[in-house]
Amino acid sequence: MEFFLQQAINGITIGAFYALIALGYTMVYGILKLINFAHGDLFMVGSYLGYTLVIALIISGLIPNLLVALLIIFLMAMGMVALTGALLERVAYRPLRKAGRLAPVVSALGASIFLQNVVMLIYGPRYHVYPKGILPDIHWSIGGAYVTLVQLATLVISILLMGGLYFFIQRTRLGTAIRAVALDHDTARLMGIDVNRIITLVFLLGPALGAAGGIMIGLYYGRINFTMGWGYGLKAFVAAILGGIGNIPGAMVGGFLLGIFETLAAGYLPWGGAWKDAIAFLILILILILRPTGLLGERVVEKI
Amino acid sequence: MALLEVKGLTKRFGGLTAVKRLDFHLDEGEILGMIGPNGAGKTTVFNLITGIYPPDGGEIRLNGQSLLGLRPHVITELGIARTFQNIRLFANITALENVMAGQHCRTRAGVLGAIFRLRSQRLEEQRILREAERCLRFLGLYEKRHELAKNLPYGDQRRLEIARALATGPQLLILDEPTAGMSEKESSELMDIISQVRDSGVTILLIEHDMKVVMGISDRIIALDNGEKIAEGRPAEVQRNQRVIEAYLGKEEV
Amino acid sequence: MKDLFLRLKGIDQRWWYLALALGIILFPWFTSNYWISVAVFFGIYALLGLSLNIILGYAGLFQLGHAAFWAVGAYTTAILNTRYGIPIFVTLPISALVSALFAILITKPILHLRGDYLCLVTIGFGEIVRLFLFNDPLGITGGINGIRGIDRPSIFGFVFHQPIHYYYLTLAFVVFTIFAMRRLENSRLGRAWIYVREDELAAEAMGIDTTQVKLLAFIIGAAWAGVAGTLYASRYTVIAPETFSFWNSCVMFCIVIIGGVGSIPGVLVGTLGMVVLPELLRDVLEEVVQWRMLVFGAAMMLMMIFRPEGFWPSPIRRHELRAAELTASE
Repeated sequence: MEFFLQQAINGITIGAFYALIALGYTMVYGILKLINFAHGDLFMVGSYLGYTLVIALIISGLIPNLLVALLIIFLMAMGMVALTGALLERVAYRPLRKAGRLAPVVSALGASIFLQNVVMLIYGPRYHVYPKGILPDIHWSIGGAYVTLVQLATLVISILLMGGLYFFIQRTRLGTAIRAVALDHDTARLMGIDVNRIITLVFLLGPALGAAGGIMIGLYYGRINFTMGWGYGLKAFVAAILGGIGNIPGAMVGGFLLGIFETLAAGYLPWGGAWKDAIAFLILILILILRPTGLLGERVVEKI
Repeated sequence: MALLEVKGLTKRFGGLTAVKRLDFHLDEGEILGMIGPNGAGKTTVFNLITGIYPPDGGEIRLNGQSLLGLRPHVITELGIARTFQNIRLFANITALENVMAGQHCRTRAGVLGAIFRLRSQRLEEQRILREAERCLRFLGLYEKRHELAKNLPYGDQRRLEIARALATGPQLLILDEPTAGMSEKESSELMDIISQVRDSGVTILLIEHDMKVVMGISDRIIALDNGEKIAEGRPAEVQRNQRVIEAYLGKEEV
Repeated sequence: MKDLFLRLKGIDQRWWYLALALGIILFPWFTSNYWISVAVFFGIYALLGLSLNIILGYAGLFQLGHAAFWAVGAYTTAILNTRYGIPIFVTLPISALVSALFAILITKPILHLRGDYLCLVTIGFGEIVRLFLFNDPLGITGGINGIRGIDRPSIFGFVFHQPIHYYYLTLAFVVFTIFAMRRLENSRLGRAWIYVREDELAAEAMGIDTTQVKLLAFIIGAAWAGVAGTLYASRYTVIAPETFSFWNSCVMFCIVIIGGVGSIPGVLVGTLGMVVLPELLRDVLEEVVQWRMLVFGAAMMLMMIFRPEGFWPSPIRRHELRAAELTASE
């Protein structure tokens, strides 16, 4: 039972990362029917920016108040990655919007390689390690399992971010515009919505959330690497599909489910640890074969 | 025995019943016209017969054999070919290559035949070509056989679709608004061609909006409204039928 | 200068082909072993590109896990050869067959998926295969270290052990593959792939078994990748899971797209660009090494923006890709 609880807590933490990244995928897919293969790398860029900012602001003692420092770090990194995301859309995807489905996939792969290598050139190919002890090493015991402060903070921050996004999408004018564009570009345009602006907005929001995930993963695991965007990115995409691609609450649910499921399977199945990465793909394949609309469904109607 | 027999055919889309317990049949060698206002369910009936949608109820038989659960290509192989309401040609290849598609299900050559150009494969290729050219001539498109399908004028594209369907060697040809968007002259030429197709032994089921066209060419007509058959009979009878007139013109306000 | 160009243009095309053929045949006699090895590497990737071209180019199926078929071929050969001592030329057809069977097994349930969904599932299968090789659950793939000590191919006592031997062996395979692909393109099956790619529903309505036609593309593509795997395994005598990574699936994907999807010369040009060019860049300047992947990623984006049909597209595909642009901008 303790083991189960511990695995579940760890799974929820990882699930929060997946969910944050998955939101970026699902929003872009919902609006452009494009798999933004570079999204995972934006998340990685966020993680690296976070690393630099932690060193520059906290370790250097520039900002003594930890909470203020963290707040500034999050805002700065999220803002910079958001701008990178919007720039990426402008440069690599917008010119291809009418070029069929193959070209954007290649362009996205190119963007991914590009971002990885930019980071590699700046930071070098080795692992980087977030300084230890940024957050005090506090933990609580729940039924014999431990929850650390980092885990709790991760959970709280991601729920706040996701709640904020959900509120934004459902309750604000801009959010309504996003939903309208996702349904039908042409009709949205007729309703006076500037579709390009909405697409830019989505490419600001998704990467910003991804960047937050990137910083938290640095704080949680410590080690970051310029290739890590791929693995997390692919799994987050699986989470998005699990919840029904294009479906925003679905991406959140899918992320948590995948994180929990993966961690439990790794903990309980024989050889589970070694096969951990395969589990996500197995789920992906099963979902696409058995229930292609995901758990919460999506809107796809094809006319003949 | 009728060539095609449809009994109790029903199809629902969500809450909407697009086709309701529809019965009709086609005798060999006749031209049956299907009319009805927009949204009456005509194209849905076509999609059910050709296996694109599975029906929710009823029976479809060709020569006594049930077509239920068969995939569209099997149904084509059994002898039903069709055209589409919104033209679906292979746009970026030539007219000839388009029509050659029809012969696919009548030929067998596979990978090894293709790579080693076996004798049987070469003979088959010749047969495919001859048959495709024959169909193009029939529709008067032979001269344009090397044009890309998308570069053909609209009327030619409609006829090319018919040529492609004929190349499958069908017993029953299903035409979904073949004269839509054509000039009067073009459509009357096409009606001649359709009569010739029938005379060559192919049974024809056609949806047509132009009443003049459909009345002139059909041996029998069935009229649909809201997915139900509201009239059936000779063109002159159906034309006088009160329900048909109402369906087309709306009920007269009294 | 212009005069020279015109005079060159006036020469019968056949002479150009002859000169090219002679150049290719004589190439190894005028160069170093290093460049011969690069050429062999090129040949193996060209085979992979051509095999993927069947799936991605002809049938239009987004396959982003092609390294899996390559891996199945390479490991089949490696296992049969190192464990049971079966000679390479015997394992070659077996590898092709095993890859093809593997393709049937995994692609049959996913053939109905469209576009990017198929793309994702193939990524998934590719990763699962790599993890399988890595984790070695059956104790046959050698885990992270892979398998070493694979024989060189030999026939009638002649062992292909020098780069130049391999050069001609690979060349023979590439030439035969190009020959076979050209014939496939112009066959009943080749046309069926075009129909399916252009309009799957219309193809189905014309009596084409679209599932079977798509499956055949995967089967043939996988079998050919299996052959490339055998050549690879016996050329390097050691294979490891990292070779068959997602990254290499991407490289193959880009070979086909950048060269010109559905076009045989396009695949060869794409292979030059994706595999040989980075090698050249490495040679020119030591510092460039760090930059080349960056340039490479940027080139992929620029290419798609300015020439989405690739360097040497097939005429049909150019029409298709340009048409997509037209209809969408209306």
